[in-house]
Amino acid sequence: MTSDVDAAAVKPAAPVWRAHGGARRSTHALRLRVSAALVAVTVLAVLLVPPLVQLDQQAVDLAAKLEPPSWAHPFGTDDVGRDLLLRCVYGLRVSLLVGVVAALTATVIGTAVGAAAGALGGRADRLVMRLVDTLSSVPHLLLGIFIVAMFRPGVWPVVISVALTHWLSTARIVRAEVLSLRSRPFVDAAVSGGSSRWRVTVRHLLPGVLPQAGLAAVLMVPHAMWHESALSFLGLGLPTHTASLGTLIQSARGSLLAGQWWPTLFPGLFLIVPTLAVAGLAGAWRERINPRRRSELML
Amino acid sequence: MLELRAVTAGYDRRAPVVRDANLTVAPGEAVGLLGPSGCGKSTLARVAALLHRPDAGEIVLDGTPVRGFRHRAPREQRTAIGVVFQQPRLAADPRLRLADLIAEPLRATGRRASAADRVAGLADTVGLTPDLLGRRPHEVSDGQLQRACLARALALHPRWLVCDEMTAMLDASTTAALVRVVEDYRASTGAGLLSVGHDRTLLNRWCDRTVPWEAVAAS
Repeated sequence: MTSDVDAAAVKPAAPVWRAHGGARRSTHALRLRVSAALVAVTVLAVLLVPPLVQLDQQAVDLAAKLEPPSWAHPFGTDDVGRDLLLRCVYGLRVSLLVGVVAALTATVIGTAVGAAAGALGGRADRLVMRLVDTLSSVPHLLLGIFIVAMFRPGVWPVVISVALTHWLSTARIVRAEVLSLRSRPFVDAAVSGGSSRWRVTVRHLLPGVLPQAGLAAVLMVPHAMWHESALSFLGLGLPTHTASLGTLIQSARGSLLAGQWWPTLFPGLFLIVPTLAVAGLAGAWRERINPRRRSELML
Repeated sequence: MLELRAVTAGYDRRAPVVRDANLTVAPGEAVGLLGPSGCGKSTLARVAALLHRPDAGEIVLDGTPVRGFRHRAPREQRTAIGVVFQQPRLAADPRLRLADLIAEPLRATGRRASAADRVAGLADTVGLTPDLLGRRPHEVSDGQLQRACLARALALHPRWLVCDEMTAMLDASTTAALVRVVEDYRASTGAGLLSVGHDRTLLNRWCDRTVPWEAVAAS
C-alpha cells in the first residue's frame, strides 16, 4: 500500500518538472529574440537614419515649439521646436557610441590588469588587487565626475571617465578565472614544454577568460550609457547642444513641470528599451556560459 | 642523474605533503615509485619535473643543482624533463586540436618550421591516426588523448621522463601500447624514467627497480 502511494506521488513529478523547464526555455528563447530584434533595430536606426534622412536635427522652429506628438512630429518637438524623434535617434547614436567605446576600453584595461595580476601572482597580485579594492571603495560616479570635471565638456572626457571607473569588476572576474585556470595540469604541461610566462598567459589563460570578459563588456554597454546620461543630466557630460539621451532628458526637465510629458518620455524610453535589450542579450549569453547563474541586469 | 635530496614539499608550509624524500634516477634507468593514493607521490613527481618548488631540499639535474622552479627554471632544464600526467582531460588545453597540442612545446621553443614533420612522426610513434590530429580533446577518448599527451612530452627529446600515474585512466591494451612507446623511446635515446604509480605488477614489469614510498620519504 505504501509503495503504491509512493509511486503515485513520485510519478507525475517528472513531467511537471519537464514542462516547467520547457516553459522556461521558451521564455528564454522569446526574450532572446525580442532583445536581438530591438538591438538590431536600434543599431540600424542610429547607423542608417543620419545618412539617409536629410533632415537637420538642430533645425530650430520657434513657431512649432513644444508641440505634442503629431503626424509631422511623431515624438513632438522640444522647447525650441526641434523634432524630437530625430533628436532621439541622434542622441541614441551618441549615447551608444559612448557606451560601446567606454565598455570596450574598460574591458581591455580590466582584462589586462586582471590577467597580469592572476598570471604573475604573489606580491604583484596582492599589490594590484589592493589597488583595485581601494579604487572600488570610492563611489564610481563620484570618481567619474572628478575625471570629467578635469576636461572641457565633450564626448571623449565622458568616455574616459566611464572607462577609467569601470574596469575594476572586469579585472576581478578575469583575475579569478586566471587563478582557477593557472592551477590546471595543462598549464603545468605548457611550463614543462618550455612556454614563457607570456606565452602561457596569451595562449592558454586569456582564451579561457575571453567569454567572461566579453560578457562583462556587453553588460557594461547599458551601464556606460546610463552613466553618460547621468553625467549629462548633471550638466557635467556633453554640452547641451549635442544631442545625447542625457542632455535631452536634462533639457526637458523644465517643460515636464509645465505638463509637457513628451520631451522626457521619449528620450527616457530610448534609454531604457535598448539598454534592457542589450542586457537581455547578455543574459542569454551568460546562460550559455553558465546555466546555473540566473541572469540579472547589472546597473 | 636526476637526484632529489631531502625534499620536503607541499601546499602549506606547516603541513608538508612530502617529508624528507630522497630518490635518484641514473641515466637510462627506469625507476618505479610505488605508493598508495594520497601519499604525496604526485607532488614529488611535480617537484622532480621542476613544476613545484619544494619547501626544503635540493634537486640536482645532470650534476647541476636546480635554482628555480616553474618559470624560474631555465628553459633547458625544464624541457630536459618530459612529463605525462594522470588525467589527460585536465592536462590538455580544451581549445587546442591534437596536432596543436603536440606541436605546442615545439612552437614555444621556436621550432615552428620543423613542427609539422615532427608532429607527424610523433603521432605515428604513439599510434594516432592523421584524422585524430584534427580533433579537439572532447572529441577523442581518454586513451587517444593520453597518447597525444605522451607525444607532447616526447616532442623536445627529453633526457628524463616523469610519468605520474600515466596509465591510471586507461584500459590494459592502451596501457601496454603506451608503456611500449616509452620503452622504445628510452631504448633509442637512453633517457631515464621516473614512473609514479600504485600498480605494483605494472611497475615491477615496466621498471628496472621499484621503490616503495616508505623507502623514499619519511612518514
